[in-house]
Amino acid sequence: MTEMTKSGITRRSVLAGAAAGAALLAMPSILRAADRSLKVGVYGGYFQESFDEHIFPDFTSATGIEVESISEPTGEAWLVQLSQAARAGQAPADVSMMSQVAILKGQAIDLWAPLDPAKIPNLGNLLPQFVNRYPDGRIAGVGAVAWYITLVTNTDVYPEAPDSWAALWDPANRDRLGLLALVSNSFLLEVTAKTFFGGPAKLDTEEGILEVMDKLAEVKPNVRLWYRDEAQFEQALKSGEIPMGQYYHDVTGLAAADGNPVRSTFPKEGGILDSGSWAVSAASKKTAEAHEFINYMSQPQIQAKLSRNVGTAPTVARSLTDLTDQEFAAVSSEIEPIIPRYDLYQTKSDWLNQKWTELIVAG
Amino acid sequence: MRADAPKRAADYAPLAFPALMLTVFFVVPFGIMVMVSFFQRQPGGFYTPDFVFSSYERFLSAFFGGVLGFSLGLAALVAVICVAVGFPFAYELARTRRRVQVAWLVALLAVLSLSEVIIGFAWSTLLSRTAGISNLLVWLGLMEKPTALTPNFGAVLTGMVYQAFPYTVLVLYPAMARLDPTLMEASRTLGAHPLRAFLTVVVPALRNTILATFIMVFVFALGSYLLPQLLGRPQHWTLSVLITDQAVYQSNLPFAAAMAVFLVLVTLSLVGLALLVGRKESAA
Repeated sequence: MTEMTKSGITRRSVLAGAAAGAALLAMPSILRAADRSLKVGVYGGYFQESFDEHIFPDFTSATGIEVESISEPTGEAWLVQLSQAARAGQAPADVSMMSQVAILKGQAIDLWAPLDPAKIPNLGNLLPQFVNRYPDGRIAGVGAVAWYITLVTNTDVYPEAPDSWAALWDPANRDRLGLLALVSNSFLLEVTAKTFFGGPAKLDTEEGILEVMDKLAEVKPNVRLWYRDEAQFEQALKSGEIPMGQYYHDVTGLAAADGNPVRSTFPKEGGILDSGSWAVSAASKKTAEAHEFINYMSQPQIQAKLSRNVGTAPTVARSLTDLTDQEFAAVSSEIEPIIPRYDLYQTKSDWLNQKWTELIVAG
Repeated sequence: MRADAPKRAADYAPLAFPALMLTVFFVVPFGIMVMVSFFQRQPGGFYTPDFVFSSYERFLSAFFGGVLGFSLGLAALVAVICVAVGFPFAYELARTRRRVQVAWLVALLAVLSLSEVIIGFAWSTLLSRTAGISNLLVWLGLMEKPTALTPNFGAVLTGMVYQAFPYTVLVLYPAMARLDPTLMEASRTLGAHPLRAFLTVVVPALRNTILATFIMVFVFALGSYLLPQLLGRPQHWTLSVLITDQAVYQSNLPFAAAMAVFLVLVTLSLVGLALLVGRKESAA
């Protein structure tokens, strides 16, 4: 009996293998796809799963370019790997999704292959802030996805939604806030500058930054938690333990949809708009395919698809997309956003980090 | 067991493997870290190989001095509490029935299987206003209304003592089990109160064990970086938290390395000092 079962399986698998081989030879599209391929780096986990499921297969059938998705870490660890590999003439990924500060740091060492706008006709769809340029005007990166950080509240504790970031400074909110712990991911300097000093220009000088920090120091008695780990704050927000703070708009929306008493509000000064860009490693030999990929991803209908399936905000004007009011509100807002001063986190990173740490750790 | 000292090279063979592992996994990485700590930081970039002291200069400030002082003080306090509570506990444990001992040791080992993240989240829930133990106290009529017991220094201390306590007991337990019971009997026969006998006979007899345990818990607590973040306010962040920030979030490896080297040196010198004091005392 055992013998028979064994041989049966063997025979079946041989047949299946032969059938698959024949199919492979009979399908020229697959052979062509094997010729043209692209390694794309995206943040691992949920992001990568969503791209593998909803985006890459359609891209392959539209262009014949096979995509191999590479799981890359968030933060700048991936930049280190890319730059070291590029020195050896290698590209662990041809195209990678990079944070804005990482794009700037890569620019400083000429890591990104300049992109040819003539080969990306859809570039015109993008909002201007989503095209990264070298100082000399060459294109270093193109906006891939965007997301908002907004003012979030627990609806049991706050029946009325706050309408301004100034709520963070309200003495009535003593010991009630959860804020991001790092200068480079909380973007609270920009929020303070927009709310109290008329705009981001206040951050142009070190004196201006210190003045903004002094104002920001006034929120400290209200802050219960400076968090690095998202889960830590999300849990406390849901339970009402820490009923107000800054958090990701899309995730808060998902939590509210699950029945949790939370809401995300775009304050009148705007939500914080952060984003990731596609950039091509200078060591990549797949420049043509990379251009095709970036062009494909810049289509309004693909951006709308990302909003529906990944929960990101479109990098193109809303009018170009077919998103319904509800779909758009789930990921974005028409209120003019606060755009982080990424340049500061490159040119003044250590100074800012030092002053910030002293600001929140002291006393 | 062999009593005579190793004579031939082959007798040292069992030491070769641990020595190799220690070299590969400790000496070499530490050497690289020392090297990186002298590299030149590229603001907005990474670092270039160099020999500069700028990372150490940045560290030698009142601000980081304060953080270092807090970290050392916190670790010492955790070690003192663990030894003060763990020592009498281990003494009694070693004298109870076998089955009770086994149950306690299994429970302590179970705590060791929990990750720092789980311990941190569990304590932050236990100490929270909405779901924490203060609700129990309200229900018992001992408190007016539920309050949050975290984040604050007490919460950090509680979490870290909880995490280090099993190690303390497991290090003290074998020495306690080996302790000659006739010592206590003799002192009792001479008329000493049990507490007095414990303090004047058992504690001095195990002085070196106590010192070793203290050092182990101290070093263990010094490395903690998650619990201060989960249970404390920014004032309670240890140097390890700031090292993580520099290495992971600022990609400033030279500065992170300089802080880590400094921390290791301070720890080693404190341990050396403690051992020196311990030896002098036992010689005297």
